[in-house]
Amino acid sequence: MVSLNGDLRPEEPPNLYSEVWDLVSSIPDPEVPCITIHDLGIIRALNVIKNQVMIKLTPTYSGCPAINAIELAVEEKLRENGFIPVVERVLSPPWTSDWITKEGKKKLKDYGIAPPPPVTNIEENSFFSTQSVACPKCNSSNTKKVSHFGSTACKAQYSCNSCLEPFELFKCI
Amino acid sequence: MSENLFFSTIELADDHLILGHRLSEWCGHAPTLEEDLSLPNLGLDLLGAATNLYSLASNLEGGKRSEDELAFGRIEKEYKNCLLVEKPNENFGHTMLKQLYFCVFMKLFWNECNSSKNKILAGISAKSQKEMVYHIRHSGEWVIRLGDGTEESHFKMTEAINELHPYTEELFYMSEVSLNCAKKNYLPDRLKIKKAWEKEIRDIFKEATLPYPSIVHFQIGGRNGIHTETMGHLISTMQYLQRTYPGQTW
Repeated sequence: MVSLNGDLRPEEPPNLYSEVWDLVSSIPDPEVPCITIHDLGIIRALNVIKNQVMIKLTPTYSGCPAINAIELAVEEKLRENGFIPVVERVLSPPWTSDWITKEGKKKLKDYGIAPPPPVTNIEENSFFSTQSVACPKCNSSNTKKVSHFGSTACKAQYSCNSCLEPFELFKCI
Repeated sequence: MSENLFFSTIELADDHLILGHRLSEWCGHAPTLEEDLSLPNLGLDLLGAATNLYSLASNLEGGKRSEDELAFGRIEKEYKNCLLVEKPNENFGHTMLKQLYFCVFMKLFWNECNSSKNKILAGISAKSQKEMVYHIRHSGEWVIRLGDGTEESHFKMTEAINELHPYTEELFYMSEVSLNCAKKNYLPDRLKIKKAWEKEIRDIFKEATLPYPSIVHFQIGGRNGIHTETMGHLISTMQYLQRTYPGQTW
């Protein structure tokens, strides 16, 4: 129970872990700012000991340039709030688009990016697969793939045959 | 052992760095806007894997040289990449074939490497393997589309096969350091995946109506630091920033 008094400070200190969690989990992804790094599923561990915060982050793709910016943002946010950050980059287990939260998938769709379908639906080496992706604007499944790659490594380009809008798909990996 | 694993890791890292650099050269020159986005993105994945591998190599060396120094501070003969990845870019189909050869190999290699005794290598394997599947889907579709395309695209793909295929044998070359690592289950035996590689490439060529060549004389040398003429040119461009302003980090 936390009640607020006049100067908007909690009367009793809230749980330290949840305070840190709130700080870190709300940091937006620099390339897809509509979702947070928690929505993206890249926070792999968080541990708070006194004012030291140990956090493990994993990159979405090996060459994702955003991971450096994200690590810096996490460190900055924690320092600003009086914590000592210890950020570790982990590769294993490898990130999968299945780790994007339900909330994250909804935010992506609202933002105009089709969320990734579950990974199990993808066949290895399926050339020219015509996997159906619903248009995030009009929900039509009459869409076509324009390119495997979009503005970032994690997105592919599609266009909708019904509403004729181009859109991006957050790739399934 | 860590010295063997260091040099074997360098072989892998150099392959990724050099091919990634070749892909970056396409930026602004690809035949369509979509491909202009694709090729540097594919290059980024390869550079990302190279970063992970150089970082591991740096640790194995006890931090003597940083990953940046390993990537950009060595001279030509110290690079142990296979010759295939340094082949200069020609037409788009030529690049797609080069990617396909390399990525099918790496997918199979990483698949075996998942059980490496070195935990970091096992982690890099699992991550990179998933990305290779994606890369193969991209380059494989293009090889099929161009091989089974117009008379001209079919001719160009056949030319690319004749030029690049002799360089594929080196993917399976086992240097002394790699043999030692394979014996200790740190890295897979490259020869063991040759059959699977040939089958995948043959299947794709069949769909692309392209001939699978029978080549007697293969080109090797890179694993021993003996490179083609173009390697020096590549390195002089790639290392320009690091040589001009030493100590930059990526």
